[in-house]
Amino acid sequence: MPEGPPPAPAVQKLRLRYAKRGRLRFTSHRDFQRAFERALRRSEVPMAYSAGFTPHPKVSYAGAAPTGVASEAEYLELSVARRCEPAELCALLDASLPPGLDVLEVVEAAPGNLAERLQASVWEIRLPEVEPETAAKAVAAFMGAESVQVERMTKNGMRTFDARAAVAALDSPLERGTPSDDEIDAGHPGVDGSGDRPCAILRLVVRHTTPAVRPDDVLSGLRLVADLAPPVPAAVTRLAQGPLDAETGAVTDPLAPEHAVTSTGNEEL
Amino acid sequence: MSVESVFPRLEPLLPRVQKPIQYVGGELNSTVKDWDAAAVRWALMYPDAYEVGLPNQGVMILYEVLNEVADVLAERTYAVWPDMEKLMREHSVPQFTVDAHRPVGAFDVFGVSFSTELGYTNLLNALDLAGIPLEAKDRGADDPIVLIGGHASFNPEPIADFIDAAVVGDGEQAVLQVTDVIRAWKAEGRPGGRDELLFRLAATGGVYVPRFYDVDYLDDGRIQRVAPNRSGVPWRVSKHTVMDLDEWPYPKQPLVPLAETVHERMSVEIFRGCTRGCRFCQAGMITRPVRERSITGIGEMVEKGLKATGFEEVGLLSLSSADHSEIAEVAKGLADRYTEDKIGLSLPSTRVDAFNIDLANELTRNGRRSGLTFAPEGGSERMRKVINKMVSEEDLIRTVATAYGNGWRQVKLYFMCGLPTETDEDVLQIAEMAKKVIAKGREVSGSRDIRCTVSIGGFVPKPHTPFQWAPQLDHKTTDERLQKLRDVIRADKQYGKSIGFRYHDGKPGIVEGLLSRGDRRVGKVIRAVWEDGGRFDGWSEHFSYDRWMRCADKALADDPVDVDWYTTRERDWNEVLPWDHLDSGLDKDWLWEDWQDALDEVEVEDCRWTPCFDCGVCPQMGTEIQIGPTGQKLLPLSVVK
Repeated sequence: MPEGPPPAPAVQKLRLRYAKRGRLRFTSHRDFQRAFERALRRSEVPMAYSAGFTPHPKVSYAGAAPTGVASEAEYLELSVARRCEPAELCALLDASLPPGLDVLEVVEAAPGNLAERLQASVWEIRLPEVEPETAAKAVAAFMGAESVQVERMTKNGMRTFDARAAVAALDSPLERGTPSDDEIDAGHPGVDGSGDRPCAILRLVVRHTTPAVRPDDVLSGLRLVADLAPPVPAAVTRLAQGPLDAETGAVTDPLAPEHAVTSTGNEEL
Repeated sequence: MSVESVFPRLEPLLPRVQKPIQYVGGELNSTVKDWDAAAVRWALMYPDAYEVGLPNQGVMILYEVLNEVADVLAERTYAVWPDMEKLMREHSVPQFTVDAHRPVGAFDVFGVSFSTELGYTNLLNALDLAGIPLEAKDRGADDPIVLIGGHASFNPEPIADFIDAAVVGDGEQAVLQVTDVIRAWKAEGRPGGRDELLFRLAATGGVYVPRFYDVDYLDDGRIQRVAPNRSGVPWRVSKHTVMDLDEWPYPKQPLVPLAETVHERMSVEIFRGCTRGCRFCQAGMITRPVRERSITGIGEMVEKGLKATGFEEVGLLSLSSADHSEIAEVAKGLADRYTEDKIGLSLPSTRVDAFNIDLANELTRNGRRSGLTFAPEGGSERMRKVINKMVSEEDLIRTVATAYGNGWRQVKLYFMCGLPTETDEDVLQIAEMAKKVIAKGREVSGSRDIRCTVSIGGFVPKPHTPFQWAPQLDHKTTDERLQKLRDVIRADKQYGKSIGFRYHDGKPGIVEGLLSRGDRRVGKVIRAVWEDGGRFDGWSEHFSYDRWMRCADKALADDPVDVDWYTTRERDWNEVLPWDHLDSGLDKDWLWEDWQDALDEVEVEDCRWTPCFDCGVCPQMGTEIQIGPTGQKLLPLSVVK
């Protein structure tokens, strides 16, 4: 069997936050992986590779948002064989990915496991053509329940689990929202965010548990406890993910250790 | 007049369908141009699912060629799956392009590329979803010109009622000529309406407009004659041939999809045409002569294409890639350049000889040597003479010995069943061959861990080939023959477990045969099948043989013809064939002689290396063979790292 030279060792680990916006929210996680690895090739990033017959670039992805859900806070880690300037890498990769898959920041990894910091997510759920008052009533019923057993089809068949326990917070501000303007950001022609339909907006904080409770499961729960049946599919966006502050209930920056290092560095200059 | 995007209406449907990413566009290297600034607008369709259609080289090339013209706009559309179709009908969303989600009905031209006839029902479905009248005669001034191309357009008669026009042959220059005609007609204020535009296209001699030709039939069902019904329209429509592939280095910026598709690689067509002369092969017959892309032209396309896409694999495409006059230098040069970058090279469609093992080794310098595919096509020596596939059993065994000796562990052999004059005995020879391959492999490798997979496709006679007169084997006999072969392989205690066997039943081949050699009367059948719910006939889970037969019986009840008449009937020399007025350049007398030679088991050489055999293409089309060697080499790329 032919043998290749051993792969170049990793010299630097970087952490990256990216967004999935507009129509590209319909990319599945696998789709994103392929697109990202091609962007790495196009931008000639000096990737570190795994050993073996089919070497893979060293990229590890943390808890991806479901297909069809937009996100402002997706994270991954990558290892390179030659040191890179994080800000340059950020600009390079962002330019190489299609608009709608946007690289927001790249930082050199500080000690500590990134995946462990991603304890909870903040989701925004827009429900077009649902009156905010109706949504607020459903939210109150859901939060008042001890547990809400929902069903979801998984690879192993229909599964029933509690969608309530993982929910740290669920708010429904009573102001009237307008539909998402993601489409305008994504540069998609012919779509605008105007219109005066009602639109309820929920803000959901969910702890990352097993099985994972997704925004869809909470929506199933709202239907179950209060018969909330949105006539139009919900537009869901992950706004943030990170450590969950037990006292305040806030989801904080998962790259805080990295940012602390960077700011120290800046002060020295 | 500007056209609105249907996306706002489509978007709420997307969470409710499978793989919504296939409908959103946004591929790397896709183009959205200003609608109002374009003089001529094309909607290009590959009539199958996105995952199959997106990588299609033909559509990708035309998309880029057209969009490079400043005042021309081209967008793409694909067949939508039934779950999406249902929602689109419920919510009145028309067939749309994925680039800017514009309705297909708003374009000037709806261009559809058919590599296979099994996409015909998808054409009807797309027309219907687009709100374009199904039959050309019912279309008005505002409807797009429905224009088809691709290999199936060499006999467009079965869909003659549904199309306005067909282009035969290479599309690169043809689409620009069609564009020029449309641009001029629009600039003049559309004189004479749709009819005048179609006439102008027909008058070029390179666009077939079915409505300008009448077909008369004899009482027994055969065609009496096909003739133009107005002056200024040529008796025969010529195919287009692009000369000098280096002048046409497309795709330069290949589309990179977000969705997963069937081929994810940077494909470079290293030559077009093939003169091996395999008698079953329509592609080889209709794409003559051979025109090579130069080694340096290939190198440049690969370099630019990889930069533009980030693909990890390069595919060197053609009808028989190892036949490029400098293939060894191409393979070595590319392997030298890209092995370190972990770019894989693949060479589909190769013939059976030891030289190819060297090539395959070169292409897998660092990789895993898993499987090699060869296509002897015919199981017996006699059969291979009939089809003019000049491979002896000795060649094959020598080749596989080299392969197993070089560390390859699996050999896949591709054959056809149902070839003219074939008997059970010819097909059973496939088992003998597979056994010898395994025996040789065990001997050479010293291992029992080797496999041979036999893969069998049913033969369908195609227009513009020497077998265009041949009777197609009925599906029952095909299935029985394959069953016997399978039993023989399974029963073999010594080798049976090392031989894999893959085949398809004979029924889809009969429908393909009906559509391949059908005439205008078959259009009624296609329409009836579509009305009955027929879609995606190339997919076994959607294809229904019973539906096709039921609809054919009903639609052809008043005609003296039926499915057998179109498929299993042998044609005579003097029969007018439905595609005779479409000129592939092949001389019909030469094809007939080659058919007779096939029956006599006489082989014909490749004209690249021997004198001309007078197939007729070069003089008829004013073309010539263009091959190397150029003597040039691919130099290492100076990479600044």
